[in-house]
Parts: sequence; C-alpha cells; structure tokens
Amino acid sequence: MKAKFIIPLILFLVLVGFLAVGLNRDPHEVPSPLINKPAPAFELPQLADPKQVFTPASMKGQVWILNVWASWCVACREEHPILIELSKSHAAPIIGLDYKDKRDDAMALLANQGSPYLLAVSDANGRVGIDYGVYGVPETYVIDKNGIIRFKQIGPVTMELLNQKIYPLINELNKS
Amino acid sequence: MKRFLLFLFVLLSASGAFTNVLAEEATPLADDPVVEQRLISISEEMRCLVCQNESLSGSRSDLANDLRQEIRTLIKEGKTDEQIRAFMVERYGDFVLYRPPVKPITWLLWIGPFLILLLGIAGLLIYLRRRNIEMVKTDLSAEDNQQIDALLKVSEKESSHD
Amino acid sequence: MIPEFGHYALILAFCVALIQGVLPLIGAHQGRREWLVLARPAAQVVFLLLATSFLILAWSFYANDFSVLYVAEHSNSQLPVIYRFGAVWGGHEGSLLLWIFLLSTWTVLVSQLSKSLDDFMVARVIGVLGLITTGLLLFVLTTSNPFERLFPAAQDGRSLNPLLQDPGLVFHPPMLYMGYVGFSVAFAFAIASLLSGRLDAAWARWSRPWTTAAWIFLTLGIALGSWWAYYELGWGGWWFWDPVENASFIPWLVGTALLHSLAVTEKRGGFKSWTVLLAITAFSLSLLGTFLVRSGVLTSVHAFATDPRRGIFILIFLALVVGSSLLLYAIRAPKNTMGGKFSLSSRETFILLGNVFLVVAAGSVLLGTLYPLLIDALHLGKISVGPPYFNSVFVPIMTPLLVLMGVGPWTSWKDSNLMTVVKRLWLAGLVAIVAAILIPKVMGDFTWLSSMGFLLAFWVIASGCLQIVRQAKAGLPTRSFIGMQIAHLGIAIFVIGVTMVGAYQEEKDVRMLSGETVSVGGYQIQFQGVSDEPGPNYRAMRGTFSLMRHGKVEAVLHPEKRNYFSSTMPMTEAAINAGLTRDIYVSLGEQLEDSAWAVRVYYKPFVDWIWGGCLLMALGGLIAITDKRYRVKLRKLVA
Repeated sequence: MKAKFIIPLILFLVLVGFLAVGLNRDPHEVPSPLINKPAPAFELPQLADPKQVFTPASMKGQVWILNVWASWCVACREEHPILIELSKSHAAPIIGLDYKDKRDDAMALLANQGSPYLLAVSDANGRVGIDYGVYGVPETYVIDKNGIIRFKQIGPVTMELLNQKIYPLINELNKS
Repeated sequence: MKRFLLFLFVLLSASGAFTNVLAEEATPLADDPVVEQRLISISEEMRCLVCQNESLSGSRSDLANDLRQEIRTLIKEGKTDEQIRAFMVERYGDFVLYRPPVKPITWLLWIGPFLILLLGIAGLLIYLRRRNIEMVKTDLSAEDNQQIDALLKVSEKESSHD
Repeated sequence: MIPEFGHYALILAFCVALIQGVLPLIGAHQGRREWLVLARPAAQVVFLLLATSFLILAWSFYANDFSVLYVAEHSNSQLPVIYRFGAVWGGHEGSLLLWIFLLSTWTVLVSQLSKSLDDFMVARVIGVLGLITTGLLLFVLTTSNPFERLFPAAQDGRSLNPLLQDPGLVFHPPMLYMGYVGFSVAFAFAIASLLSGRLDAAWARWSRPWTTAAWIFLTLGIALGSWWAYYELGWGGWWFWDPVENASFIPWLVGTALLHSLAVTEKRGGFKSWTVLLAITAFSLSLLGTFLVRSGVLTSVHAFATDPRRGIFILIFLALVVGSSLLLYAIRAPKNTMGGKFSLSSRETFILLGNVFLVVAAGSVLLGTLYPLLIDALHLGKISVGPPYFNSVFVPIMTPLLVLMGVGPWTSWKDSNLMTVVKRLWLAGLVAIVAAILIPKVMGDFTWLSSMGFLLAFWVIASGCLQIVRQAKAGLPTRSFIGMQIAHLGIAIFVIGVTMVGAYQEEKDVRMLSGETVSVGGYQIQFQGVSDEPGPNYRAMRGTFSLMRHGKVEAVLHPEKRNYFSSTMPMTEAAINAGLTRDIYVSLGEQLEDSAWAVRVYYKPFVDWIWGGCLLMALGGLIAITDKRYRVKLRKLVA
C-alpha cells in the first residue's frame, strides 16, 4: 500500500529523462523517407539551353549530387562558396535544380558568382521538388551509382558537413 | 408603350428583382466545389511543413499552396484519400500527417488514453473497496458507543463542579 | 542609467527572496521564532523590489530606451503606446519577469490575508514560495536578463511581430500567468502541510479560495487566448491543440479536479493525500508548460526564441522543485489519517470519479503533446500529433464527465439512494433527449455528433434548473451553490457553442468584383471595393462589405490587409459582425487579376457561446469565493 505513493515520483523522473534527451534533438529536423529509395525520375529543360533536357537516368554509373537552390533563396548564397569548393574537389559532379525561379535571375546569379554545377535544370513550377520532398531550400542529395538516394541535407551545406559526412560518403559509394 | 414599360417596372420592383439587379453572385474561388471539399478534408489532417504549427489546409505559404494544387490534381485523377495520403507520406514522411498513423510505434499513443482511463476507474474501485473494509474494521460497535457516552457524561459532570 | 536600477532591484530581490525562502522554513523546522517572523516582511520587500524592476522595464519601453537590448528587440518608436506596454511581456525575458512579479504578488497577498493562520503555516507557505522565486530569479539573472544593455544604443528597435499588436496581447499573458502562477499558492500550502506533518481539513479550507482564484484567472486567460486567435489569425479557428495551448489547458484540467477534490477534503476530511498530490501536480504542470514553451523542445507558433542553456536550466529547476515535492509526498503522505466513511453511491465517489476523468483527460493531452518528443528521443523517427488525434481522444473522455455533472450534485455526502436520484432526474433526461432530436432538425442537418453535444449540454442545464427549483423550496441558496450552478451552466453553454460551430458553420471562398454578393447563413454580403488607408505603423488595403438580410443593410464590415513597415509578411485583419446567435466573419485574401479580390466569408452560429461559457465558468468561481464560509471561518480559525 505504501509503495503506491512513490509512483508519481518515478513517473516524473522518467519524464524528465525524456525531456533531457529531447533538449538535444531538433524538432524542426525532419528525416527524409526517400533515403535508400530510387531518386524519382524526371525530365526537365536545362537552364543554359532549354531545348536540351536532363534526366537522372543519364547519371547512372557514377556517384552524383543534386542541389536544390534558387536565386531568391538567401541561405543558398551562404552555401554557394562551399559548393564551389565541392566542385573543385571533383569528388562528384553536382547538378543544380533551380526551384521555382526565373531563368534570367538564375543565369545572372551563376554568371556573377560562378557555377559549381556540371549543369543546372529548371523546375519552374516546383513539381519535381515535390517528388523529392523538398520543403526548405536549399536541399542537397547524394545519389549513388545505381540512382539510389543515400543522403539528404536540409539547409545549407557547411564545410563541416562536407568533411564529416559528404566526402566520406562519396568515397565509400565510389568503392562499391 | 410608356404605360407598358411603367407596368413592367412596377411588376419587377414588386417582385424584388431590382434588389439583385446590381448584386451578382460572386463566383467561388475554386473551380470545382466538390473537389475543394475533399481537398479541405484531406489537407486539414496534414501539416504545413514550413510553418510552425499549421494545417496544410489553413496555411497560405508557397509550399502549402503548391501541395494543395498537387492534391487537387490527384483528386481529379480519381485517387482515393488513402492513395493521396500515401503519396504525401512517400515524399515527406509520417511527419506530414496530423493524425498519427496507427502502427506499432503509435500504439501507445492511441491506446494510452483509454488504458489510463481503465486503470483509473479500476484503481478507484479497488481503492474504494479497500477503504470501506478498513472503515468497517475501525467502526465501533453500538455497545462501545454507549459506554463512551456514559463516560463522557461522567466527565462533564465532574468538570462542571469546578 | 535607469535600467541599471532595474537590474540592481532584481539582484536585491534575489538576495531577499533567498532569505524569504530559507530562513522561515528552517525556523519552522527548528522552532525559531525570530526566523519564522521574517517571512511576511521578506515577502513584502521582494514584492516592492520586483514591482520596481518591472516598472522600470515598462518605463524603458514607454520612453523608447533602445540602449536596453530587450527593448530594441521587441519595440519600435512607431509602435503605439499601448502596444509598447504589451511588448514588455512579448518576449522571453520580459514575460519571465512578469511571471516572477506575479508570483511575488500572490505571495504578498497571502502574507497580507493570512492574519488568522498560525505562524508556522504562514512561514512554511511563504518560505516555499520564496524558494521558487529565488530559483526563477537566479534563472533570470544568469540567462535571461531583461536589462542587458546595447552599446551603442540602437537608433530604433526591431519592432513587435504585427500579429501581437493587438489589445488581446495586452491582457492574455498577464491573465494566463496569474492563473499558472496562482497554482503555486495551493502548491505551497500542500508542501507546507506535508512538512508540518499535519494534513487536516483546515489546510483545505485555506487553500480553496486561493486555488479557485487562480483557476478563474487561468480560465479567463485561456478563453482570451482562444478568442484572440479567432479574430486575429484570420481563418476563424479557435483552438488548435498547439503544444503551448495544451501547456495551459492541462493544468486547467488538473486544477478543476483539484477544486472539486478540495471541496471534499474541506467538507468531509477525505481525499487528503489525493488532494495534496493534485495540488503538487497542478503547479508542476505549470512549470512544465513554462519549460516546453521556452526550451525549443516542441514546434509551435507560440514558442519563444530558444536557447539550449535556458532549456537546461528550466529542466533542472523543474526536476528539483517537482522531484523534491514528490519525494516529500512519498515519505509523508502515507502517514495521513483517512477521512470519513462513504459508500459507493455517495457524492464523494461521484466527485472522485469526475476527478478520474479530468486527470485522464489531462494525461491524454499531455501524452499527445509529448509523444513526438518521446519517439524522437528514442530515435524512432519523427511523427506529428495534431488536432485529429486530440479531438478523437478528448471528446470521448469528456462525454461521461458531462453525464456525471448532471448527476453528482443530486447525490448526498456519505451515502445516497441512487434510485431517488434517478427519479428526480427523469425530467432532465427527457429535456436532453428532446433537445438532442429537435435542435439538429431545426438547424437543418442531423448528425450523431451534434445530437450528442446537445444531449449532454441540455442534460446539464436541465439538471441544474431542477436543482435550483428544489433548492429554492428549501430556502436561500448559498453563494457556493449559486457559483457551482453558474459554473456548470457555463460548461453547458460552452458545449453548445462548440457543437453549433462544429456542425453548422458555413464557409465560402469566392472571388469578388465590386458590386458582387455572396450568401452565407441566410445573409448576403456585398463587396463595395477596397481603399488605401494609412495606419500608425502600417499601410492597409481596407475592404468595404455590406451585410444584408432580406435586402436591408444590417452592418458594414471593413476587413483589412495590412503591410507593416517592419515586416514583409502582410497581415490579415478579419472583420467580424458578432451577435448572440452568430458571427459573420469576412476575411480579405489576395488581390487577383482584373481588380477582383479573393474573399473568405464564414457564418459561425453561436460561436460566442464558447467564450461566453468560459466567462460564466469564471463568474461561477468568483461567486463561490465570496461565500460567507470563508469570511466567517477566517475569524474563527485560530487554534
């Protein structure tokens, strides 16, 4: 009978435990369900030459990176220099997905700041973005030789992320 | 001719036609109200991913507008509610659903409240039963009560003598 | 210069609060009178210091002192004066200062209104409140100082979120905090009685008016928040089961259980341990709510800007306060004597059963609110728990409670004859069933859910009326009785409002050109165009709409779309024509091509009964507090 009086305390301590762990988690970070699934197919006009199209199938056989960006996106400016670094390292080709943007604005930005992309495509109405589960630009995907998505970054890519996650992952995927 | 027109005018005024002559009924924003109804009921149970805590139906953000348009297209293609939910979850994960799906990790969530309720009521009944048994044990018998009364009366008499 | 005084006042307050917290408690434990009597004066000094500090912060806002970082972040010289005042608690640091100030207000009130309470009890109660005040002041001084300076001072501030520039903002947080914080008094009384080892009915009699007062404020605070969201957010919702809303609702549910449990403990001496546990729980939930809102652990529109340091501090504070209270409870509570005997069909049982439902409801809302965190902490992924879950769970749990509300007051203490009760209630049952069938038909659409809502609401109302009639025959009713009737009536009114709006509201999303009309709920709304209107710190597109019925114009509505200078997001100000039986709600959307506008109109039947019901609940509580019992017995309560 006396034991029941200690139950509230025990329940509370369990709760505090969870809250403590919860403090270290970010409720805004949403993991993608597309990890380890095939990259959704699409056919989009290229930014430089809209008469030419691009499909992800053409990248089969190599590890590559898809970067979702836009000229109106402020955070994309932050990651731009990092992407340039990435492209210079020749670790993997980067394809840019210009999301809900105007072609002229996008071209101008790439001309001004340099392009880290092998090529860029236009997703003017954002339809392809939806298929890729894009909800916060910029977003970056690492896709393997078989066209399977292996990693997704929501938010700008940082040097830290490159060194700790992306480069090692690309190396590993290249070995298989 | 003038009389005829006057007669017509009076007739129309009396019938109230003129009250609406300038007031045309506004057209609905949506093309198809039936599709719209389904859209609202489906999107109300989904979360707007770029908002802090709003439903997909209520949010006016760009992404929410796009996703609602996507859902309209799917409805027109004849997809069921289940299929549309699956479409969204495939791309955005379970997080996009406001109504948590019933799977093993959410069993506790869905069963929890009713479990607690059962435990609560059961606990209450057990507690009350035990309590009454305790009470019975400490109840004094009628005889004991009479003895106590007698003793009390004696002590009162004694104290009133002071 | 002046803000520094505010800062010093806080530091001084911390020192004195430490004295207030530690010495009286030790004094009571060791029987040292010199330390015991420090309680009241210490509480008064802390109050004066905190009042000074708070006023200085308010003055900094009024005078546009942008050398104070907090003012620069939350205010702007173009902000109208009243919103500058409201901005004092618009951010984390200021709202926390308000929290502590209100805690000290409750403390000083207890110190003033407890003349006939024995000194040991007073010392312990004020001591416990002092410890809490000390902890929170430490938090403020180390992580959330509102008087932090900005050198060089900013030219102008960043300004307040336009959503918060509203009269509702000025009243909602203080009202809510008065409630939240007010439960600390019941908590302190509970701890004091556990510490003294004496858990008698006197404690309950003392706690009850304080708890009721806190409950009234919390009821009003929540209602105000809901009403504010309704008219401010532009799409007619009034409750979103948002984590922060839940954080205030869960203590309310437990507080309601506590109120009823205290009644039993006061009258019959029963449930002592349970009532103490409820008192501890209610305040703990207030603290938990404070943690959830300020730690970044949950996603919510309400959440303050987050900082992990703050989260850790509040969590530690929470763990210490609640953990030690529950430990004390585990040790001391078993020593309690049991109250009087009562049968399974007595009023005690019914109240206890009601308590079970309220606590289960609170637990369920807590479960739903914390579940995403739980799953995430276990690395099992991210899920979302939204309104569909809460509605599915909350409504079935509340339903039996409403039934109980109609039956409980008919039962007698100790024991009652259930057959007699049933015989007296058959008329109420009949009225309820008639209402359940008739009203949906009248409204034009029968659904089981709406029928259920009316059944329960009218059950409570009819039962209440029968009680009043019966009581009237027996003589003048006490204020306690009147209060209960009004509060229960309030709940029934609330349920009617919710049911009506939920089942019978109409919504239309249309594109309108000038001159066109849209009909909703039997009204015609004609669009008369949009004009450009400058405001104090915004530019508005102001729409004009005529609300008509049978061709006659009843009102003119002016919804606006505002562009505040300090923000890029346009704000929608809906126009509402409120009435006793319905609201007509018009919201201006975007401007479309060819000068048409997207407009959303709602017909919301009986929506104001939702908040009207809450007002009645609060009124009921107020009347109950003024019952003669508390005034007369206060004088008699000496030994």
